[in-house]
Amino acid sequence: MIRFLFNDELVCLDDCSPDTTVLEYLRTIAEQRGTKEGCASGDCGACTVVIAEAIDGQLRYCNVNSCITFLGGLHGKQLLTVEHLQQSGALHPVQQAMVDLHGSQCGFCTPGFIMSMFALYKNTHSPSRAEVERGLAGNLCRCTGYRPIIDAALSLAGKSGQDQFSDSEQATLERLTTLVSETPTGQLTYRGRHFFVPTSSDELASLLLTYPDAKLVAGGTDLALSVTQQLQQPNVLIYTGRVAELLTITDSDAALTIGAGVSYSEAEPLLHQHFPAFAELLDRLGSLQVRNQGTLGGNVANASPIGDTPPVLLALNAVLHVRTGDQRQSIGIDDFFLGYRHTALPESGFIERIEIPKQPDQQLSVFKVSKRLDDDISAVCAALALVIEEGHVRAARLGFGGMAATPARALKAEQALIGQPFTEAGIVAAQQALAQDFQPIDDVRATGTYRLMVAQNLLLRAVYEQGADKEQAMEVVQYA
Amino acid sequence: MRNLSDISHTKQTKTGATGVSKKHESAPKHVAGTAVYVDDMQEPRGTLYGAVGYSSIAKGRIMALDLASVRASEGVVDVLEVQDIPGHIDIGAVFGGDPLLTSDEVKYQGQPIFVVAAATELQARRAARKAIIQYQEETPLLDVTKALGEQQFVRPSHFMKRGDQDAALANAPHRLQAKQHVGGQEHFYLEGQAALAVPAEDGGMLVYSSTQHPSEVQKLVAEVLNVPLNRITVDMRRMGGGFGGKESQGAAWACMAALLVMKTGRAVKVRLPRVDDMSMTGKRHPFYNAYDIGFDEQGLILGADIMVAGDCGHSPDLSDAIVDRAMFHADNAYYLPDVAIAGHRCMTNTVSHTAFRGFGGPQGMMIIERAMDDIARVIGCDPLDIRKRNLYGGAGRDMTPYHQQVEHNVLLELIEQLEQSSDYRARRDEITQWNSTSKVLKRGLALTPVKFGISFTLQHLNQAGALIHIYTDGSIQVNHGGTEMGQGLHTKIIQIVAEALSIDPNEIQITATRTDKVPNTSPTAASSGTDLNGQAAKNAALTLKQRISECIAEQKGCTIEQVSFADGKVHWGEGESMSFAEAAQFAYVNRVSLSATGYYKTPKIWYDREQAKGRPFFYFANGAAVSEVVVDTLTGEYKVVGVDILHDVGRSLNPAVDRGQIEGGFIQGMGWLTTEELKWNEKGVLTSNGPATYKIPAISDTPKRFNVDLFERDNDEETVYHSKAVGEPPFMLAISVWSALRDAISNVSDYNVSPALDTPATPERVLHAVMATKAEMARGGES
Repeated sequence: MIRFLFNDELVCLDDCSPDTTVLEYLRTIAEQRGTKEGCASGDCGACTVVIAEAIDGQLRYCNVNSCITFLGGLHGKQLLTVEHLQQSGALHPVQQAMVDLHGSQCGFCTPGFIMSMFALYKNTHSPSRAEVERGLAGNLCRCTGYRPIIDAALSLAGKSGQDQFSDSEQATLERLTTLVSETPTGQLTYRGRHFFVPTSSDELASLLLTYPDAKLVAGGTDLALSVTQQLQQPNVLIYTGRVAELLTITDSDAALTIGAGVSYSEAEPLLHQHFPAFAELLDRLGSLQVRNQGTLGGNVANASPIGDTPPVLLALNAVLHVRTGDQRQSIGIDDFFLGYRHTALPESGFIERIEIPKQPDQQLSVFKVSKRLDDDISAVCAALALVIEEGHVRAARLGFGGMAATPARALKAEQALIGQPFTEAGIVAAQQALAQDFQPIDDVRATGTYRLMVAQNLLLRAVYEQGADKEQAMEVVQYA
Repeated sequence: MRNLSDISHTKQTKTGATGVSKKHESAPKHVAGTAVYVDDMQEPRGTLYGAVGYSSIAKGRIMALDLASVRASEGVVDVLEVQDIPGHIDIGAVFGGDPLLTSDEVKYQGQPIFVVAAATELQARRAARKAIIQYQEETPLLDVTKALGEQQFVRPSHFMKRGDQDAALANAPHRLQAKQHVGGQEHFYLEGQAALAVPAEDGGMLVYSSTQHPSEVQKLVAEVLNVPLNRITVDMRRMGGGFGGKESQGAAWACMAALLVMKTGRAVKVRLPRVDDMSMTGKRHPFYNAYDIGFDEQGLILGADIMVAGDCGHSPDLSDAIVDRAMFHADNAYYLPDVAIAGHRCMTNTVSHTAFRGFGGPQGMMIIERAMDDIARVIGCDPLDIRKRNLYGGAGRDMTPYHQQVEHNVLLELIEQLEQSSDYRARRDEITQWNSTSKVLKRGLALTPVKFGISFTLQHLNQAGALIHIYTDGSIQVNHGGTEMGQGLHTKIIQIVAEALSIDPNEIQITATRTDKVPNTSPTAASSGTDLNGQAAKNAALTLKQRISECIAEQKGCTIEQVSFADGKVHWGEGESMSFAEAAQFAYVNRVSLSATGYYKTPKIWYDREQAKGRPFFYFANGAAVSEVVVDTLTGEYKVVGVDILHDVGRSLNPAVDRGQIEGGFIQGMGWLTTEELKWNEKGVLTSNGPATYKIPAISDTPKRFNVDLFERDNDEETVYHSKAVGEPPFMLAISVWSALRDAISNVSDYNVSPALDTPATPERVLHAVMATKAEMARGGES
């Protein structure tokens, strides 16, 4: 059985298909159709709902795309939809602001915007324009051009985030705590197919031994597409989002170690502290809805050639701590990606945590180039970890995405950099070596020619950004 | 009705409704999730769900179609194939060529072959994928220039001509030639195509359809079913966006649902998942354009030979009118003294491209706006000066290539006002200075105008009807032929009727657009929704006002001139009055009909296509925009950092709604020219088939500086309260973004080279243009 609060109503389910999405539940089972389907692929935000979760004695409100969120993942949480925001017939402040500032035209994307804006309202008092953009970048509107929506979000400045949910926060927390203590593990079973919600690494390891073909659901932001787009029907799904050992972050002098089930959003503050260039990349990884669900572990295990964190983890020489049954092993990130979506992860194995070594003398630059600045997949993602002494490159690890069938290091370019001055002239050999490292393909996002040219130019950008002109804006996002 | 409503409590205080920023009539429902779209409706018991099986190849023949596994799939109730259609198979909107289903010839990837109906949507979708189809595949024609070379056209070419362009070109001091590719655009309405058909009596049906053209859906459903039109009612409350994509191409899904209702006797819903929607429906036409242009030392154009060629896809659909409109706008705002314009309708093996905001106008304007920048680089002056110099002017410079005189031309004044308010000249100097010290980033600036012709170019579409009921409590229902897709049409109609009757807009309820209330309607398209339906609704309101006035005059013994409507009241005689509700009851009791239709047809317009002469447009809507961009010369990434717009809406009926159209149109146009890239692979399969690969503008693409002002001045023509249409014209203001990108790129050549920049100007195309410009500069050549 899985149990969750649907606003303030307790819902208990046990015979739902394990691959039921929250959106499907809302529209076809609960028949609450305020939440819309725009794309069913997590790219438009029309289906945005808010999930409230008890974390450290507080409710954390996260906007997520209900179309790529599996129902089983709601176990122990509160689901809030656009239908729940009105109180006694009065519009919620975010709803009223959108009405007053003409923020809706056709209205189809509006419920999703309302829910993202509601999460913003709960989490960020008096948001800046940049925070509004970050909070709403996962919601597409085709009518308004966004200006009135931005104004509506900004107009909430000074409001304290108070509403009926604040009033009932303690009661909700208690109900969620009770709910989880009564039913720690969750499970859906339908026609011999299962969704498991284990709570410990031991449980997870044992489930994977029993079901070696099971699909692990961390954020599910990519996996869910196989269900909503390819219409696959996986037999067993195992959710990692409640496995305690996978949700921890350890910060030591030597390394930052992030549990494989930690969402990007949760990892962001510490990454920002230790690897600011990495954290800046996260701002452009998917949308807030995706970052609230997606995990570093999932991004690595998924091994997509266009995943954005593997290039950085390659550059930073991360170590993956993997568990299979009772066996634990460490796999260096260099040895992990074996081929297109093929990794060194053993059968029934899973990543428990990712260790990112800290190297104080290392400079990290991370660049993402895509058609659109918000919520787009990289044409090229480049991470350059360099140690520069007296103007010369002493050590270099260059991780690239979008350039090969896997995330990959540019080994020849690294060799060409080492020992050279880090200047326009000094990197020419490395730029040329990139053409030996990679023969990128043409696809819907970019041509191979462009990818290679950009990769070469990004080396130059790194030189400029660390050189005499570093005061000058070098990237459009810095200028604007 | 025996007892009349108690109206003693009704207050009528608010009056006068146009000209104020009334909120969208559905806004509180939008934000609460209670606004109902077709897919949200409570389905009748036993409703089936349809999923469309479509071709995976772009050209060839179906050799074998095995649907046994489809029929055997879980939950499947029935399958519709082409031989099941009792009536018309071809649902082409104007010309033939659009079979609802095919069993033989395949002309594009995504062509519907069968429709499966199952108990749930997921079951239907799973079943549809189980078809085993064998094709004999042929090489698809995908290149518009090849189609043009081979004269593979869906319709004959059309030509406009005035004067002797050959002589003018031969004698001009300067002559330039250029070609450009202008990309298409996916509508990406957030609500995908959807229809729900419910069986009714006598073989009829009630069809809920997400369509901009209920009357056409009614007609096509009747034709595929082979029943008279009077058996079919189409109901449309609201769309989650249309933008032209639901003008002709909303009909197929309604026809499929209706045919499945006929086969099964049960209600059927067909709703397209996003990838299916993007694969099966047409888009904005990509265009291939060319100019040959002659000009003098000041950059004044002397002669122009222009070609626009639309990539229409596999069938005509609305392409004849779309390419015509591209031709009508190949001059944009500029006088072309001796001119020839050729328009071609090229056939390729893709979906049939269709209406999209601007309807060919934007693609046509692109060629002349390219010419303006190119001329400026030759003459060595600011492109704004070239644009101003070439504007339509007074006598001798006011005749379009299709022989319509440009009257009431406000553009020079409008542009100069914007030039001032945007601080264009000072910014130009500051940007040039800044660029000289910036190593990687280059900024660009451009001002481009828009002159857009208002009216359907198919004359008979320029008519509309409305129906108003006044009930005995004084409340009013208004129905009209236009559809609400977010543009605020219903809001404006409420304001118009409220103003005509001097009553509180809150007393007016707009109901779903229905073919059994107002028949034989035109599509809500061509920016004409308010112009046509608003005037029809106003006429209906005036009819009712007249009847009530006559009744009061007769009963109260005064002249009709002594009856007036003001402040929610009806006044007569010497200072006597009653509330509007009381007047309604008074009229009812005196046996006056309180229901009236209204009708309107646009005056003055005509076009002789044989001669390519006439007045296709009742008037022009105008505007101008200044855009500023910053470009990264290492990656081609860019950002639009500032936009100033001044747009002519006549007397605004609703400034907030008009501003919404201007801003939304601008950003949509910006997406078309920048990040929205349609890609078909070499087999003709659309690979940009979802929002992960097709990138419409997102929130941080909206520029931080975004100043929008209305150029408020009464329309000189007799439009509804002297307003102007606003749906499409602002879309083309975004050409300023493209021009600003070219300006920034040109800076790397110190403005000597005018870079070619096909659209969409993705970062990749921008980087290539930067490299090409630098290379050309290195060769020391001029463009």
